[in-house]
Amino acid sequence: MSTGTNPVSPQAPLSAPLDVGFDYTRSLGPVLGRFVNALRERRIEGVRGSDGRVHVPAVEYDPVTARPLTEFVPVAEVGTVLSWSWVAEPLEGQPLPRPFAWALVRLDGADTAMLHAVDVPGPEYLRTGMRVRVRWADEPVGHIRDIACFVPEGTRSEPGPLPAPPPVAERAEGEPVSTVITPVHLRYQHSASPEESRYLRALAEGRLLGGRCPECRKVYVPPRGACPTDGVPTAEEVELPDTGIVTTFCIVNVPFLGQRIKPPYVAAYILLDGADIAFLHLVLGCEATEVRMGMRVRAAWKPREQWWTTLENIEHFEPTGEPDAAYESFAHHL
Amino acid sequence: MNDVAVVGFAQSRNVRHSDGTTNGVEMLVPLLAEVFEQTSLSKEDIGFWCSGSSDYLAGRAFSFIAAVDALGAFPPMHESHVEMDAAWALYEAWLKIRTGEVDTALVYGFGKSSAGRLRRVLALQLDPYLVAPLWPDSIGIAGIQARMGIEAGLWSEREMAEVAARSRADARANPVAQLSGEVEAATLLERPMFADPLREHDIAPVTDGAAVLVLAAADRAGELADRPAVITGIEHRVDSPALGARDLTRSPSAGAAGAAAGGDGVQLAELHAPFTHQEIILRRALGLGANVGVNPSGGVLVGNPMFAAGLARIGEAAGQILLGNADRVLAHATSGPALQQNLVAVLEGRD
Repeated sequence: MSTGTNPVSPQAPLSAPLDVGFDYTRSLGPVLGRFVNALRERRIEGVRGSDGRVHVPAVEYDPVTARPLTEFVPVAEVGTVLSWSWVAEPLEGQPLPRPFAWALVRLDGADTAMLHAVDVPGPEYLRTGMRVRVRWADEPVGHIRDIACFVPEGTRSEPGPLPAPPPVAERAEGEPVSTVITPVHLRYQHSASPEESRYLRALAEGRLLGGRCPECRKVYVPPRGACPTDGVPTAEEVELPDTGIVTTFCIVNVPFLGQRIKPPYVAAYILLDGADIAFLHLVLGCEATEVRMGMRVRAAWKPREQWWTTLENIEHFEPTGEPDAAYESFAHHL
Repeated sequence: MNDVAVVGFAQSRNVRHSDGTTNGVEMLVPLLAEVFEQTSLSKEDIGFWCSGSSDYLAGRAFSFIAAVDALGAFPPMHESHVEMDAAWALYEAWLKIRTGEVDTALVYGFGKSSAGRLRRVLALQLDPYLVAPLWPDSIGIAGIQARMGIEAGLWSEREMAEVAARSRADARANPVAQLSGEVEAATLLERPMFADPLREHDIAPVTDGAAVLVLAAADRAGELADRPAVITGIEHRVDSPALGARDLTRSPSAGAAGAAAGGDGVQLAELHAPFTHQEIILRRALGLGANVGVNPSGGVLVGNPMFAAGLARIGEAAGQILLGNADRVLAHATSGPALQQNLVAVLEGRD
């Protein structure tokens, strides 16, 4: 085992795109459910509040009294633009793939306005007070996006193609829509900390770097932007061997989506020799039932040409056959 | 009940882009050291910790947990988090001290807005059933609000540009500001529309940053700061989330919060107005006359670190008292679209 301080790398922290996505699936309840089921039939229904105002889109609770609202009122699919702003470059997910306006539109028969897109070629084609009508999606599914957008009232032909409709929640034939699905996709540029970046770059060279806290002297793998005990960066780098012990483990017997190894197998906390914090990895190379706390293990590296900036360069850990570590020697790391 | 005072404040430089992680640890570590230096406190002295940040900004669940590393959370500490601007975390900390549960608290907010696309991320704070699925962007919604006021004659594009020009001029004295400089409103008005009726100067810049603030019970505050800024009133209120159901040219919730917090007679105000016209709305809602200086720091139009900017308004306002520049100030924070939620604090110096 070799330890020592390395000079701080001047390289910029590692950074990579991170795309996060999920289909947000929500149940609707009686008021919003009725609203989207009407949209599916190309009708718009508002709900009447305690002060007599008709709310479109429907609201579940009265904004004045907070009581549940139940009286539905059909309104027109034409209305008036109360205010608007121009979108020169539409963002991903927005109703139209070409420049458009956001507008508050008050439909005839309603007292509140709905926020939606208006499809006109440029800001000079729009003004407050303008009359607009709904352009329906080609195949309404029971979703706010059944209203694809608004167009000027007198528009004869539909101005351009619409983006794909949202996914439809499964339901029995003939049943009303009771859930909506909204795909949420966000893109980030994820950045590792300078300490993590040095750790990941070292892994690409087959080296394991820890970081020592200058206050409590504990060695963290990976090194951290701040020691969770002392709140200071673990700046002093320590090169660690690829041997250690199993502090604790579990035997995975359950198959799940995305699983890469056939169960049963062992996921274990591996404490490298000289480190003070364990990380999660696989223990293979013996029967799952043979794995035990204190067992000595060594990294089984992938072929060198597959290495990059990831702990996955170590395919798994496997037993060395050395005598087990005494429980007292690692009990404080559990 | 205990009175509560601000005794320390630090904020990071407001930058368009930082290399740091989205968990904010590197932004927070030096700020914590700075407030401990200011107050002579150490982490063991802090009774309660509270933060404001957002998972959607960081692109991962429970993102605030990673920032707790910056605190050095051992032995285990009394800690909480709000998924809002950290001004609301301050409110929670204020309550803890008011009720006598603790006598010091440290509040922090942080956000790396540059990691994602802020305008899209903020769509996710809208009604998730009927509005957010359209992905309305925050600038588009503010543009609708701005046009309503322009067409109703409540403000003009010129008055909006004047807000921007004044903010940038004031920011010349603010070392953390992202934008600053001498510019004429007329020059700004010659620039093209960004999201008609908004030009770029009407919109707070995308900003990475963090802020840290220390509170103490008033009877302890004198030991920690020469001139503590006592919070004499703090309130927060909310308007309907239904954007089309409220008059967007007004901010009843800011007005109600200001009245309840006792905002009369303040010498200056730090307002959290991410769009030029929103400063005009807030001035009116809070009844701030022409004699009240607004945003001596330059406000968020010169740097708007998400989830820290509202807390920074309270810190900036308190700073004017701590430095002896003012005796009675108002600080405002907002959260949500089009000034939906508003918090007002009034602070006084007690010599």
